Amino acid sequence: MITITHYLVLSAILFTVGVIGVLIRRNAIIIFMCIELMLNAVNLSFVACAHYLNSMQGQLFVFFTMTVAAAEAAVGLAIIVAVFRNKETINIDDINIMKW
Amino acid sequence: MPMLSLVTFFPVIGVFFILFMDSRRKELVRVTTLLVSIVVFVLSLPLYFNFNAHAYEMQFVEKLPWIPSFGINYHVGVDGISLFLILLTTFLMPISILASWHITKHVKEYMIAMLVLETGMVGVFISLDLFLFYVFWELMLIPMYLLIGIWGGPRRIYAAIKFFLYTMTGSVFMLLAIIALYFLNYRATGNYTFNLLEFYRLELSFAVQFWLFIAFALAFAIKVPMFPFHTWLPDAHVEAPTAGSVILAGVLLKMGTYGFVRFCLPLFPEASHAFIPVISWMAIVGIIYGALVSMVQDDLKKLVAYSSVSHLGFIMLGIFAFNIQGIEGGITQMINHGLSTGALFLVVGMLYERRHTRMIADFGGLTRQMPVFATFFMIVTLSSIGLPGLNGFVGEFLILVGTFKSRILYASIATSGIILAAVYMLWMFQRVMFHEITHEENKKLTDVSKREFAILLPLIIVIFWIGIYPSSFLRKMDASVNHLLRQTGEGVNSVSRLQKQNKQTMPQIDIVSETKTEWE
Amino acid sequence: MLNLVALILLFPLIGTVINGLAGKRLRKETVGYLACGAIGLSFLVSFMVFIGLLQLPPDERLFEKHLFRWIESGSFISAAALQVDPLSVVMILVITGVGFLIHLYSIGYMHHDKGYHRYFCYLNLFVFSMLLLVLSNNFLLMFIGWEAVGLCSYLLIGFWFEKKSASDAAKKAFVVNRVGDFGFALGIMLIFLTFHSIDFTEVFSAVSHGNFEKGSFTVTMITLLLFIGATGKSAQIPLYTWLPDAMEGPTPVSALIHAATMVTAGVYMIARCNALYLLSPFTMTVVASIGVITALFAASVGLVQNDIKRVLAYSTISQLGYMFLACGVGAFTAGVFHLMTHAFFKALLFLASGSVIHALSGEQDIRKMGGLKPHIPVTYKTFLIGTVAIAGIPPFAGFFSKDEILLEALVRGNFIYWSLGAFAALLTAFYMFRLLFMTFHGECRVDHHAMEHLHESPKNMTLPLVALAGLSFVGGFFGIPGANALEHFLAPVLGGHGHTEVRGAVSAGHHGAWLPYLMMVISTAIALVGIFLAYQMYIKKPGLSKKLAERFRLIHKLLLNKYYVDEIYDAIFINPTKKISTQVLWKVIDVRMIDGSVNGIAWLVGRIGSVLRHLQTGYIRNYAFYIVVGCILIIVLAVFGR
Repeated sequence: MITITHYLVLSAILFTVGVIGVLIRRNAIIIFMCIELMLNAVNLSFVACAHYLNSMQGQLFVFFTMTVAAAEAAVGLAIIVAVFRNKETINIDDINIMKW
Repeated sequence: MPMLSLVTFFPVIGVFFILFMDSRRKELVRVTTLLVSIVVFVLSLPLYFNFNAHAYEMQFVEKLPWIPSFGINYHVGVDGISLFLILLTTFLMPISILASWHITKHVKEYMIAMLVLETGMVGVFISLDLFLFYVFWELMLIPMYLLIGIWGGPRRIYAAIKFFLYTMTGSVFMLLAIIALYFLNYRATGNYTFNLLEFYRLELSFAVQFWLFIAFALAFAIKVPMFPFHTWLPDAHVEAPTAGSVILAGVLLKMGTYGFVRFCLPLFPEASHAFIPVISWMAIVGIIYGALVSMVQDDLKKLVAYSSVSHLGFIMLGIFAFNIQGIEGGITQMINHGLSTGALFLVVGMLYERRHTRMIADFGGLTRQMPVFATFFMIVTLSSIGLPGLNGFVGEFLILVGTFKSRILYASIATSGIILAAVYMLWMFQRVMFHEITHEENKKLTDVSKREFAILLPLIIVIFWIGIYPSSFLRKMDASVNHLLRQTGEGVNSVSRLQKQNKQTMPQIDIVSETKTEWE
Repeated sequence: MLNLVALILLFPLIGTVINGLAGKRLRKETVGYLACGAIGLSFLVSFMVFIGLLQLPPDERLFEKHLFRWIESGSFISAAALQVDPLSVVMILVITGVGFLIHLYSIGYMHHDKGYHRYFCYLNLFVFSMLLLVLSNNFLLMFIGWEAVGLCSYLLIGFWFEKKSASDAAKKAFVVNRVGDFGFALGIMLIFLTFHSIDFTEVFSAVSHGNFEKGSFTVTMITLLLFIGATGKSAQIPLYTWLPDAMEGPTPVSALIHAATMVTAGVYMIARCNALYLLSPFTMTVVASIGVITALFAASVGLVQNDIKRVLAYSTISQLGYMFLACGVGAFTAGVFHLMTHAFFKALLFLASGSVIHALSGEQDIRKMGGLKPHIPVTYKTFLIGTVAIAGIPPFAGFFSKDEILLEALVRGNFIYWSLGAFAALLTAFYMFRLLFMTFHGECRVDHHAMEHLHESPKNMTLPLVALAGLSFVGGFFGIPGANALEHFLAPVLGGHGHTEVRGAVSAGHHGAWLPYLMMVISTAIALVGIFLAYQMYIKKPGLSKKLAERFRLIHKLLLNKYYVDEIYDAIFINPTKKISTQVLWKVIDVRMIDGSVNGIAWLVGRIGSVLRHLQTGYIRNYAFYIVVGCILIIVLAVFGR
């Protein structure tokens, strides 16, 4: 039997992977993907809880999250592309000044 | 007619006009500012003439809700204590602006800073709401900071930051104390309010009073400045432009002494009484120390700055004599110091404009070149020394009489300050004005111009006026000062009575004792 | 007529204001005669007030004129109010009378000076202040006059401000006087605390109602504090040092301020407060002792001084000592009497010496004078009269007043007072005649340059000399023993304790009725001995004084350097204060300790900041890491914390 605990544990593992990825990677795209991973980890726990609690609210929030994530992906990737064009790098350690 | 608001905010209206002026048309900006400040002075005159000398209550009161949810009001008013400080401010302002004619750097900004400063200063003296008071208190800090930091001398940044931080340090504690009062008042009455007059009715336990007094006193003592919190003063004065020094000495320092009279004494009467020895000794040390250090300075502005420490010591001593002569003398001396020391700074500024030096050794023998200037300088010097017939004497003598009545020892030591005052002022005067001219540059000096004459003459007139007929000032203070003494006197009685009766009958007792434990 | 009293003050004030504001634009003659006229009018009004007072019965001779309320705060009230009584009338007559003559003299003396109008402005202001001092009806108003005369003295001593010595002397005078004023001010405060009033009438009536027993501590303190003020203004030990230096001012100023009027303010004040002083035997002893010691001390310094004005200055200090001696033994009338005669003959001597200096184009050293008698005859004659008067030869003014003081000192005081006073009288006669002989007799030691310009002074200078010489001659008759007009006139203020008591003591056979006459003979003899010695040393055997000086080199040096008192004061008070203020208070306490700790705190905050700023890397990753660590900590606390 797969209980809510399993879902939540999986969600926690995914979230942690995302956090660690954000903290230790240098590549902006990978960091970006890790952020998406964290969002999806949260989505997973939302869906699980919604099912467990018999409430639609969790599902509703997931839609919101997905919409925001999509918008974010569009804007974020655009920024990364713009930065790459200027700096020819997407290593975030090199992108440490606000203005150039 | 909201007289007080008009006086307070008219400079801000002037600022709006000046904002839209072309900053290259310096003369226009200067003249407009001067006119604004003169109008403010004229507007403030009815405060004096319509002031009812027999009433101790606040007059010209205006009260409007500002942030009602926190019980914050725009609540202003004047009594015999603040009246003359407001007049002093509005009186010194046109003079300072006239003395800023030589400023050529960022004239527009300079004049705006001056006018904002005026609003802040008048605001401090009229606020009856502690929140409002704090806002004005901090408001006037900023233009002064800019005046020193932008238009000052070579070490202006150091001086400006020192001035700002020193004052802020004290203000923070005061803010804490104000908030504490706010909540204490809520516990006692169930009302959220910053109304000073309501706070006067609070009956605080001694322990509470003790700590709140320290918090307020620290803020004011730095502002006064009392020994040993005075070291920002010489730096600020030396670096500030002439008008900045005049305002600083003339008005800003008075906020400290005014704060003691308006807040510390009536709010915390018992603590104030308990602190008499501490404050008095600090004042006495300040009198002697300021005089001695002043004596050996070689920079004119520093000399005057240290002399302020000495003079302000007298004022504090008078206030903490807790009798009518002491406090009235103290208030009179606040005005006197504003006039005499303000005038001294103006005089020094005139010398600086001519020779671009403030070192005493660079002068000498100027009387021959500048006889009219010498006369003015002499009168101002004598007024600072406290020569009878001029203003300084009236205040100083009343202070000493008041102190003598309460503590003979304090008065006896402090009186020696009048000897030292003669030493440092006359020695300075001698080195600057007498002897043969030794520096070639000094032979070309010109006597006072018409503008400078117009700057000094009003000051001289008031200096004589207060010295010869002080009644026109003292009479307006009587009622308020007597009321203040009743407040402090009764405050002490009621608290000690409260402590005697202990926790038996009165309901407020619980609150007081509760807060007491909290504070201890 | 008494109502006119305010006019006495008004005229000099008007003169001051006009000369002060417009003097530069007026013609010299106008300035001078305006100033003179003001004082002259003042004198006329004073005389009318005097007549007005005489018309009243002796016991009602007190008139007060209230002008306006000056300082009023709670129970502390000081009105601007004037008081006319016999004592103040005597004073105003002396001040305006002598003042007028000196103003007249100044017109000639100061004629070539650039600061002509400034001079007369100050001089009128001085007369105003001095009149205020003696006419005030309360202590505080008197204090105004007291300080204001000090100010005028400051301004006039430093009149030639380009001379460093002059401006130094001016400052010294003001500061030393301030030390005295410190005592005076405290005295006034103590009076207020004790009597709840500072009006003369109220204070003295409280005293006379016997509210205070004799020797009460408070009254002793009050009188001692007031006496400190008097020692400052009247140049007594230990605060006399400013007066010799004050001779840097123009000579008429020395005559008016530093001889005739201002310096006697202390005597006036003690006489005014006689009711208080009589209650404190201790203070009286102090006053008398200081007086007699000062008299002797100053006379001894005067023996060897070579500056004509300095000799007169020390002589003034010495004569003031006599007045204090008189007050100290309770003979206030004698003190005031000597004050009056001294004003005449000392003003005369100063003006005459001014005339000498004028004639010699500014020379003041008597070693460079001599043999001037035929060149400036009027000056010589008047100077001679002044010298004889101060030496105490009958029937000149000084004889009667000094003789009376010595007599009172013996009868009311003790033999020590008398003997010291008599010895000082001997010295006085000696150094005054030494001055006279060295200036006018003997061989001429004037240098050629000055000799060419040698001339007698103009009429408006000699006229006052003659007038004062006349007063010095007849001034003594106001208080001649037997028909003592002055004593009777002053009795309502100074009490019956003038001569009458002494007469009582005398007639009671305590000393015998012959005593006063014997004393007169002795005084005259003493004076003659002094004159004889001076004659021997400076006319007969001119080398003798040098020999003596070499024989007693140490004493001579000590006297010549005025007992090194200035140097001692410098070493004890002035230099250490300057040193401590600079080296300790300013450089160490202010800069190092207070500012050091303030800047130290700022430095500390800066250091902490510079350490902590390494946490701010600018890498988002690091911040995110802190956030995660924070979250974990919160979770851990939430789970395991309880």
